[in-house]
Amino acid sequence: MRLAAQLIDLQKHYHLGEHTVMALRGVSADFPEGDYVAIMGSSGSGKSTLLNILGALDRPTLGNYILAGYDVGSMSDDELSEIRNRRIGFIFQSYNLIAQNTVLENIQVPMLYRRDARRISAADEHRCLDLAEKVGLGERLDHRPFQLSGGQQQRVAIARALVNDPEIILADEPTGNLDSATEKDIMNLLTALNNEGRTIIIVTHETSVARRAKRQIVMKDGLIERDGMLLTEDGK
Amino acid sequence: MLPFGNTLRAIRLAFKSLLLHKLRSGLTMLGIVFGVFSVIAMLAIGEGASAQAQQQVLALGATNIIVLSVKPPADSAQASGGGRGRSFGLQYGLLRSDYRLLRGLPKIVGAVPIREIFSETRYLQKTPNARVVGCTSQYPDMNHLTMQRGRFIADADEDKLLNVCVLGAGIAAELFPFEDPIGKAVQIKTYRYEVIGITQERTASAAIGGSMSGQDYNKDIYIPLKTFQVRIGDRVATAQAGSFSAEQVELNQITIQVRDQKDVLPTAEVIKESLARTHAGKKDWDVVVPLELLRQADQIRQIFNIVLGSIAAISLVVGGIGIMNIMLATVTERTREIGIRRALGARRTDIVQQFLTETIVLAGAGGLIGVLMGLATPVAFEGIQWVVENFVLDSGTQNSPLSKMFTDMHPKINWFSLPIAFGISVGIGIIFGIYPARAAAYMDPIEALRHE
Repeated sequence: MRLAAQLIDLQKHYHLGEHTVMALRGVSADFPEGDYVAIMGSSGSGKSTLLNILGALDRPTLGNYILAGYDVGSMSDDELSEIRNRRIGFIFQSYNLIAQNTVLENIQVPMLYRRDARRISAADEHRCLDLAEKVGLGERLDHRPFQLSGGQQQRVAIARALVNDPEIILADEPTGNLDSATEKDIMNLLTALNNEGRTIIIVTHETSVARRAKRQIVMKDGLIERDGMLLTEDGK
Repeated sequence: MLPFGNTLRAIRLAFKSLLLHKLRSGLTMLGIVFGVFSVIAMLAIGEGASAQAQQQVLALGATNIIVLSVKPPADSAQASGGGRGRSFGLQYGLLRSDYRLLRGLPKIVGAVPIREIFSETRYLQKTPNARVVGCTSQYPDMNHLTMQRGRFIADADEDKLLNVCVLGAGIAAELFPFEDPIGKAVQIKTYRYEVIGITQERTASAAIGGSMSGQDYNKDIYIPLKTFQVRIGDRVATAQAGSFSAEQVELNQITIQVRDQKDVLPTAEVIKESLARTHAGKKDWDVVVPLELLRQADQIRQIFNIVLGSIAAISLVVGGIGIMNIMLATVTERTREIGIRRALGARRTDIVQQFLTETIVLAGAGGLIGVLMGLATPVAFEGIQWVVENFVLDSGTQNSPLSKMFTDMHPKINWFSLPIAFGISVGIGIIFGIYPARAAAYMDPIEALRHE
């Protein structure tokens, strides 16, 4: 099976004054294409650091992060930007939409930063409309984020994450600000995407969310404590 | 660097985010607006002032050389008083023999000797003071005078010693408010002179050499030089309270014209040498070259423009600092947005471009408004002139040379200054935009995303 992403003995050190904090102390994991993984752990376990590296927002101190065949650890800032743009779709806890843009413009933002095709063609426009339809926002393309509910804003973010057809989708507590009914809707949407073959990595500390994934990774003290099918949907 | 469509989109994006904070953007822009406006206005006023000065100097004639009689200082006059003739009173100045000598110099195409006094003139019960000028038929050509009515003095008038006179437009209106002056007789001193013509109104010329005030040709009365010599004479006595003084002057001025502008300076040198010899070192004459004045006026204009422009440029810099200040605040305020864009794939250069475009659009729009306001400078200046004329100057000072200079001045917009001022405003947008834009681009995306 092809790997979407691979972590090889990843370490991340932070220098705070005189002492060095070892946020990650040797993390290795494979993420095959079409995988659906939940990363869990208490705060301080290193899961945020891992998320930043997985999202190509940060580089590991030691070890390798291979994404779609590229070694992200040794890339320049511009190359990291390109990797984020083409290979990764972000979904954040607080949605992170651009306030002054409409729904449609928010979905288009990653298209503006493509290296090869910076102009939004008619086909691109069409794709955005399809995605908006897919996440259930076909009616609200001209709305601004403040006119939408939390669940709707997260749907915009999901459409935006998909727009450049990324290798993996990284979701950071995607339902953290939502009520349980909306949480269910959003998780159903993510499950549907995974069923289409998309690789999804969710960082969460809610078991109700982690349960929806095919596989769970539990972090502790900068290391992977457990990895595998630890929780199942029928509630083991 | 970027395709055209992208630049347009970047500009549209910049407008959009600037319009989100209309008041803030507007206030920030004001700095640049007034900076650009003051640059254009200052240059226009400087240009207007120099155009005025140039016009006055040109009125003297660019190919003319003016030789003047100068009254020597009192003590040296006493010492040299007996040098020439037995007549009482102070005797100085150019002689008729000087005129004959100078007229014979090479390259000279014309020379007009002038004798003038200030005297009361009379027609019926009107007695205005006027400058009575004895001159020859060439005078109007050299001084760019044109006739409104009648004719100027002819050579024949002089030969026959006729009592005829030509009035300036101003004095004609004063003496003859309701009548046709032609054919009437004006009394000057003891004789009457028949009016044969009236000159067209003419702008005053510049003051020359510090020895004369600016000439107002409109208050002149011209009579034939020989008539002047015979009827009025060389000696003019003035009785003042408790004292009596007399002056004997043959000619007050000789205006000399050369054929070409390049002959002006060498000929002036020759004239100076000749007069120095014939007057035996007595410095009772001076040579004024309008062309030189023109050059001086031009240099003064440049100095003026540089000084005024620099002062105005300071306000542009202040405007730029205002922009930078606001952009730094904007960058902090939009840290989250920057983080989002970086996470979604924006490179540092994309962020720099975004914020730099915003500053340039802000400064450019301010510059454009400033240019439009600058175009209104002449109108605004007229307003100021109106205020000054009606509320500052009283009737006494209204006609003083300085206030006249101010009220007659018209700012002249230098068309060069429009694109330059606009360009500078855009340049200021770039210079003062780079730092905030780089500050935005070099933020850590992780920190930026976490920013509340």
